[in-house]
Amino acid sequence: MKLQQNYGRTLIGVRTWPFFTDLAIAGVGLALFFAMVKLGTYWLASPMPAVEISHSVRALPLYAFYSIARIGIAYFFSLVFAVGYGYVAAYNPRIEGWMIALLDILQSIPVLSFLPGVMLAMIALVPGHQLGIELGSILLIFTGQVWNMAFSFYSSLKSIPREMLEASRIYRYSAWQRFWQLEMPSAAIGLIWNSIVSVAGGWFFLITCEMFPLGDRFFRLPGLGSYLQTAASANPVDVHALVWGLSLLVLIIVATDQLIWRPLIAWSDKFKLEQVESSTRVASPMLALIRRSAVLAKLPAQAWESLDERIYKKLARTRAAQVVQPVDDETKPDGRMLQIGIAVFAVLLIVWGGFEGYAMLKNVTWGDIKLLFLGAGATFLRVNAALAIAALWTIPAGVAIGFNPRLAKFLQPVTQIAASVPATALFPVLLLGLLRYGGGLGIGSIALMLLGTQWYILFNVIAGAMAIPSDLKEAAKLYKFTRWQTWTTLILPGIFPFLITGMVTASGGAWNASIVAEYFHIGDRTLETLGLGAQISAATDQGRFSILLLATILMALIVVTINRLVWRRLYRLAETRYKLEG
Amino acid sequence: MEQTIMDTAKLAGPGTEAIIRAERIEKYYAQPSENRIQVIAPTDLSIVSGEIVALLGPSGSGKSTMLRMLSGLSRPSAGKVYWHGKPIGDAEINVSIVFQSFALFPWLTVLENVEAPLKARGVPPEERRVCSMKMLDTVGLDGFEAAYPKELSGGMRQRVGFARALVVEPEVLFMDEPFSALDVLTAENLRSELLELWANKTMPTKSVFLVTHNIEEAVLLADRIIVLGRNPGYIRTDFRVQLAQPRDRKAEAFTQLVDYIYKVLTRPDVSLEEAPEAVRSPWTRGQRKTKYKMLPHARPGGIAGLLETLIDKGGRDDIYRLADDLALEIDDLLPIVDAAQLLGFLTIEEGDATITTQGTEFANSEILRQKEVFREAVLEHVLLIRQIERTLEAKSDHTVNEDYFLDMLDDQFSEEESQRQMETVIAWGRHAELFDFDGNRRRFVLPDALEEEEEGDDD
Repeated sequence: MKLQQNYGRTLIGVRTWPFFTDLAIAGVGLALFFAMVKLGTYWLASPMPAVEISHSVRALPLYAFYSIARIGIAYFFSLVFAVGYGYVAAYNPRIEGWMIALLDILQSIPVLSFLPGVMLAMIALVPGHQLGIELGSILLIFTGQVWNMAFSFYSSLKSIPREMLEASRIYRYSAWQRFWQLEMPSAAIGLIWNSIVSVAGGWFFLITCEMFPLGDRFFRLPGLGSYLQTAASANPVDVHALVWGLSLLVLIIVATDQLIWRPLIAWSDKFKLEQVESSTRVASPMLALIRRSAVLAKLPAQAWESLDERIYKKLARTRAAQVVQPVDDETKPDGRMLQIGIAVFAVLLIVWGGFEGYAMLKNVTWGDIKLLFLGAGATFLRVNAALAIAALWTIPAGVAIGFNPRLAKFLQPVTQIAASVPATALFPVLLLGLLRYGGGLGIGSIALMLLGTQWYILFNVIAGAMAIPSDLKEAAKLYKFTRWQTWTTLILPGIFPFLITGMVTASGGAWNASIVAEYFHIGDRTLETLGLGAQISAATDQGRFSILLLATILMALIVVTINRLVWRRLYRLAETRYKLEG
Repeated sequence: MEQTIMDTAKLAGPGTEAIIRAERIEKYYAQPSENRIQVIAPTDLSIVSGEIVALLGPSGSGKSTMLRMLSGLSRPSAGKVYWHGKPIGDAEINVSIVFQSFALFPWLTVLENVEAPLKARGVPPEERRVCSMKMLDTVGLDGFEAAYPKELSGGMRQRVGFARALVVEPEVLFMDEPFSALDVLTAENLRSELLELWANKTMPTKSVFLVTHNIEEAVLLADRIIVLGRNPGYIRTDFRVQLAQPRDRKAEAFTQLVDYIYKVLTRPDVSLEEAPEAVRSPWTRGQRKTKYKMLPHARPGGIAGLLETLIDKGGRDDIYRLADDLALEIDDLLPIVDAAQLLGFLTIEEGDATITTQGTEFANSEILRQKEVFREAVLEHVLLIRQIERTLEAKSDHTVNEDYFLDMLDDQFSEEESQRQMETVIAWGRHAELFDFDGNRRRFVLPDALEEEEEGDDD
């Protein structure tokens, strides 16, 4: 009886859902079309550097749409760039080392320092259109998103099993087939997880780069970020608008998680390289729905297939597809020329940059430099204080969550969403509270760094605690380890590699966050504290490019040095000594 | 022996046209210091129509490298490979490889995996499907076309590997240890099915080239066997197998041939009468005098275990039988035998291992005395350990960095091999209690210079 009932219900599900999903999808398509029209007319309108921001709730959806469009476009370019960069780096051994070193450095440069330069360049590049300012902000979001994705794609390509690569060669795959059947599938999982991190980072920067002063000019783009900022800096503070804006932001983040990331994660399960079926899987009702939809499942697939077949047919006739290309072929004739070309270009760039930099730095005084170093010291202390506080609470909390599967199942998605809410959006609220109770930016800036970076540590600690084998835990219990013993001999060594991974990301993030955290406009006041980040922000405000340049270089240098000297060593230690092997 | 083995040169005369012909191909890797690591010495080799060729050799003899050069996957450092007389890089060759790890794409279904090579050749969808389904049927995977590889057992997965290889109707089918990742029964089953396909001409393949370390497998399948020697890889012998199919493992001629090949494999220093003159011709180009003997990667505990077994057998036994008794693959046993021989614990003659007096003492003593015997043996026979010990004694702080010795090894071995040599030296030195190794700082230390930290490798 029970069986029949179940059967009946699934039948109904199968019949009704596809119709509704198809209808919904058609609706979404129509909406997308109008959205593009709207975006186009706005972009091609004459430029309005400082758009008046309405605090009405009714204006919110449009603002949210503009913000989402910015992030979406920046993400699209990030993806394309990441794939291209990773591909070139992985397959050109002559320039590979250089490209990866460059990536490492670019990853360490504080994105927000680029803000003035990028904005001015883009406005000059596309004069007479709103598009210029927009492109500027999109480019900034792009630079905040792209590096870890490029790195992920590159390392996925490098870790394709050798025999699979050989199979693709001996069966004479074209580059096209290799890309879709070998390289992209191998990279998919890494790309998706990094996309999640990147888009969260994108929101962080979006909030700040929709509205900022630059020298004597003031830029403000219509968007969720400027809505929140103007609401916070109104006098008196517009709490109503702030609450609505934040709620919508959280809603968007939850929706992205449910409608995009979860289905993607569930779908990407088939790209795991492991040869046995794993037991844990991410479930996504959304994916099930899409799979059932007749329109989505069939139409694009058919269109794609007919195009695909033609490409394959054409490629099979090319010369390259008729011979087997050796895997270890490093004697490409054009490789040398390319390398020389890049070297010449790089040298020219360095020389030019050196001259420009020298000319710019001529008017910097010793006092400025001393102040910069002092600021660097203050920010250094602040970053490490934030890291220490984060580690202090996340380690016990993460271990507790990781050791308790039921708790983990409930709390993990919650923390993931909490982590995606950009700290920059919460910062004004937090700062207002602090100011009311007599705190200042000194504490506030540490709090913002904490807000932005503690999640990386928490996730990794949870993952680390879950990875500790249960027989080790049982052994600890069996031999009646004291609490102290359990922590020092089992838990801390067990989570060490994960903790380090989290700390590396958090440290870089905290340095970057200092630019927003140490210098803040609220109401008609400017709060400022001693720090390298504050100096970068102030230099942006006042248009002092020489200080901006010096401070940026200093910060990048500090981040790279700390990475090399501290984190990489700890990482190696984690890899060799504290690796839990089956 | 004479009736089972014949020289290839007499059989495959110059009239037979080779499908693949390699002329003095070699492989070496340039080193920063002017020396280079020679992996394969200049070698001539042809694959002709109508034969299954098995390539045998100890690990490190470059079997897989040879296969990859012949199939066009790897470019020889010098020399040329021809496909029907045309340089292989320009020819439209038609070969397949069956890989040890199967190398199936886990995100494609069984059918998609088999279809992929046809797709690369621009075969239209309908035809692709028909061919692939037929091939899946042939290898016994009817009904599994929609499954993903990870849902299948190892044997089934390798069947997919075969189907993918055969669906393009290759002229030469290369196989790189195709059965070694499978359990014994599954491997046996697949081998006989492969022979059946070959014998019935179900597959259009003209020649099969099999790389294996399993001597019985080679004798069971091959019409022609090539045995490689190592350091650098070269052809020790190349002969035809004159046994009728199906072959009986228990037949006298079969076991004789297996024994003969074992002898060839275990006595690398002795030249063979059967070997054609050309093989022993000067292939020493680019080679240096070797200073360090290549250490086999064996643990002291393994050596003791082998010697104890040998004493149980009366101090002398056939290596082939030893492997059988210890349930070891010959490839796993040979390093242990080599190590024992190098340390003077046993001697090898005619494929038989005989224990020496030192060997007997080593095996029979209690642990402290055993370590003493081992210490004397490594100091006498292993140059590098002697050097490390002397350097440590000479230095005031009694420690020295690993890199110092690695640099010396690097002149002679590849980076990877140097690393492995070093690991063996560390394991042996620790067992002999001559020195210890601080893994964090990568330094050698004298035992008394290090705080009490027993990281014994002795089992």
